[in-house]
Amino acid sequence: MRIHITSVFVDDQDKAMRFYTEVLGFVKKHDVPVGADRWLTVVSPEDPDGTELLLEPSGHPAVQPYKTALVEDGIPAASFAVDDVQAEFERLRGLGVRFTQEPLEMGSITSAVLDDTCGNLIQLVHTKA
Amino acid sequence: MAEDVFKALADPTRRRILDELAERDGQSLFEICTRLVTKYGLGLSRQAVSQHLAVLESAGLVVSRREGRYKFHDLNTEPLERVMTRWLKPDAAEDIS
Repeated sequence: MRIHITSVFVDDQDKAMRFYTEVLGFVKKHDVPVGADRWLTVVSPEDPDGTELLLEPSGHPAVQPYKTALVEDGIPAASFAVDDVQAEFERLRGLGVRFTQEPLEMGSITSAVLDDTCGNLIQLVHTKA
Repeated sequence: MAEDVFKALADPTRRRILDELAERDGQSLFEICTRLVTKYGLGLSRQAVSQHLAVLESAGLVVSRREGRYKFHDLNTEPLERVMTRWLKPDAAEDIS
């Protein structure tokens, strides 16, 4: 068994599509209309057949209180691997991305936490070789 | 107030939290929890860390602020100065409240 799709609840799918592709650098995989919303997934350009990230609409009434509470305490909704957290931090900050946790070394792992502008915090992680 | 400061400082976990805030101000609860786990192996629940932060806040040693949708914690050393001047500058009036 392996992870096929994981998801984040996004407030606005168009905005999320732009942020996840133009800013973070993912590429669109599926975009299928489903009623007023879309089945919208992105993948890493480094692994186009790998795990998809579903940009799921936040419409369900349980979702907003959940997201609000996580963001207030700084808890990430998802975690992405990068080659160099410090370099990504500099690049993304240059693009105006807001970080709630600057790069933090903790043993062999470095992490940082950013705001995806769609109601979630996202953790970036790299592990020292 | 001074009593609260002594009580807050009596706990080693709370002293660690202050150590970490001294290193970097403006930490989320998530970052504080992460630091306690990874640097000191203190596997406390988030609720437990929240309660420690509440004790530090009531002693005035930590100030929490909201910035939009986020909540950050800052170190405030001012109550420590009052504690120290009590003996270092005995002429200063004691805070007996």
